[in-house]
Amino acid sequence: MKPAGWGELGWAAVLVVLAAFLPLVANGYWLSIGVTAMMYIALSTSWVLFSGPTHYISLATGAFFGVGGYLVGSGMSDYSQSFWLMAAISPIVGAILAALIGFATLRLSGVYFVIFTLGLAEMIRNVVSWVQNNFLGSRGLYVLTDLRDQHIYWMLLVVAAAVYLLGWFVSRSRIGFALRIIGGDETVARHVGINTATAKVILFTSTGFFAALVGAIIAPRWSYIEPNQVFSPQLSFLVVIMALLGGSGRLWGPLVGVIPFTIIWEWVGIQFPNQSILFIGLCFLLIVYFLPQGVVGRLEELRARMRRAS
Amino acid sequence: MLDILVSGLLLSGTYALVAMGLNLQYGVARIMNLANGEVLVLGALAAFWLYTTAQVSPLLTVILVVPVSFIGNWLIYRFLLTPLVRRSKSQGALEVDSILATFGMSFIIIGVMVSIEGGFFAYKYLSEPISIIGSTTSLNRLVAFLIACAIGLALYLWLNLSRAGVAVRAVSVSTEASGLVGINVPRVSAFAFALGGAITAVGGALISTFITLDASIGVVFTLKALIIVIMGGVGDIRGAIVAAIILGMVETAVATLVDPGLTLAAAYLIFVLILLFRPQGIFGRRAT
Repeated sequence: MKPAGWGELGWAAVLVVLAAFLPLVANGYWLSIGVTAMMYIALSTSWVLFSGPTHYISLATGAFFGVGGYLVGSGMSDYSQSFWLMAAISPIVGAILAALIGFATLRLSGVYFVIFTLGLAEMIRNVVSWVQNNFLGSRGLYVLTDLRDQHIYWMLLVVAAAVYLLGWFVSRSRIGFALRIIGGDETVARHVGINTATAKVILFTSTGFFAALVGAIIAPRWSYIEPNQVFSPQLSFLVVIMALLGGSGRLWGPLVGVIPFTIIWEWVGIQFPNQSILFIGLCFLLIVYFLPQGVVGRLEELRARMRRAS
Repeated sequence: MLDILVSGLLLSGTYALVAMGLNLQYGVARIMNLANGEVLVLGALAAFWLYTTAQVSPLLTVILVVPVSFIGNWLIYRFLLTPLVRRSKSQGALEVDSILATFGMSFIIIGVMVSIEGGFFAYKYLSEPISIIGSTTSLNRLVAFLIACAIGLALYLWLNLSRAGVAVRAVSVSTEASGLVGINVPRVSAFAFALGGAITAVGGALISTFITLDASIGVVFTLKALIIVIMGGVGDIRGAIVAAIILGMVETAVATLVDPGLTLAAAYLIFVLILLFRPQGIFGRRAT
């Protein structure tokens, strides 16, 4: 990932302002697509924050997201706390969880990390269901708020902008530089005196924080929460696809992937509900064999080639 | 207590077999195959489907599954994974690519399996109770255990005694060095990957006789196999057997004493302990 410049920050600000007007011009179907897209933009941008420079494929997004959504549901239904309190607690829990996972796995090679995150959402779902069936009693949790789609959309927009801003600072900071060296060659990074484990854990913690926050914010949209629903195994994979499809080499790469993919994904879900898993598989193969650097990477490659030709 | 020991041990037989398959794919062919569990479920689906539609004994299916899955996995390695091996500049880049590619394959396999059988692969085969040293278990578990042991033993002997087995082990130690002594590394890798896939599918057919699977359960088995391989140390068959016994025992203990829904959490607990204290595997030596 390259360090981001001031110009890029300006463009991002313009985009955020423009995006804030969407609920005023769209409603119903397109607003709901907008909420979904904004959710994935926040999730995949925070994914790129960590996985972009390090090339560590994290599949933990669904786990943190589920923890956030579940905490809101459980806090509001089982302990009658306010939505805002739970939405504030969730990201902290997500960050602590991520730090613990990072501490256990990120000191070792990347494969262990991928394997660990692969079943994480499923494992947490099992534990949560077990706790709920045995100790809390109720199975479904209600999240009843006055928040409408546009409010959720604006909150997610703020989160996405915050993720971007954090990423912008990180990419220009010492730790961002350290992560790029780790992604280039971890042995080299260690030899030039970078504490590789600490750098990775810090960044991974931030993705845990944001994924749990997004899960908490989106919870009122469902109004009824079940562990099986918030710990959806597909979510982590969708985030990976969108981020890589756009390109994880740039902080704004996921944006390019999310918007078309969300629309296509909705369409596939309606037209071919039984083939959606097959579709995820084809997307992965498309990325690996044809777009290893994502759409953005491919475009930059083309631009460089054109410049050389002229 | 005795029940836990016996059924845990019987379960670990198939686990060890599946982990051996993954060991061949990751340790020798250097492909982190995350579609491993789906190949296992494919084997289970074959056993289920042939038994319910044509009354073919799952034990016969085990034999039928071998050539089919061997050829299937060989084709996957030859045409889908070889380009990735060629283009990768380092082991790290190959791992990222193979992880993403095998994710894609696993979802495609799930998608295909769901369209064949969307429900549970439930069937009854050899489910009469038998008693072993005072503990009651079902016959299918014992049969699956014995077959898994036989295949595992045959594989172990073949790897250690035959000339081709030595070549496979040499590639697992170093691809460069074995290339220098005249081993055809791409061929051996493709063979190891295909053999690993075939063993995994056989394991799936065996497991399906005593555990009811469904199309989307593969990832759980991928994880278990990976945990066993890591716990035993990559490429270490003896370690994998010990690790499989530990995992089988702990899982059975948790399932009977606490809750059957927590077996994956138990596997994760073992995984965390291994990562924290012995990331090089039970018998592995710490790299210097």
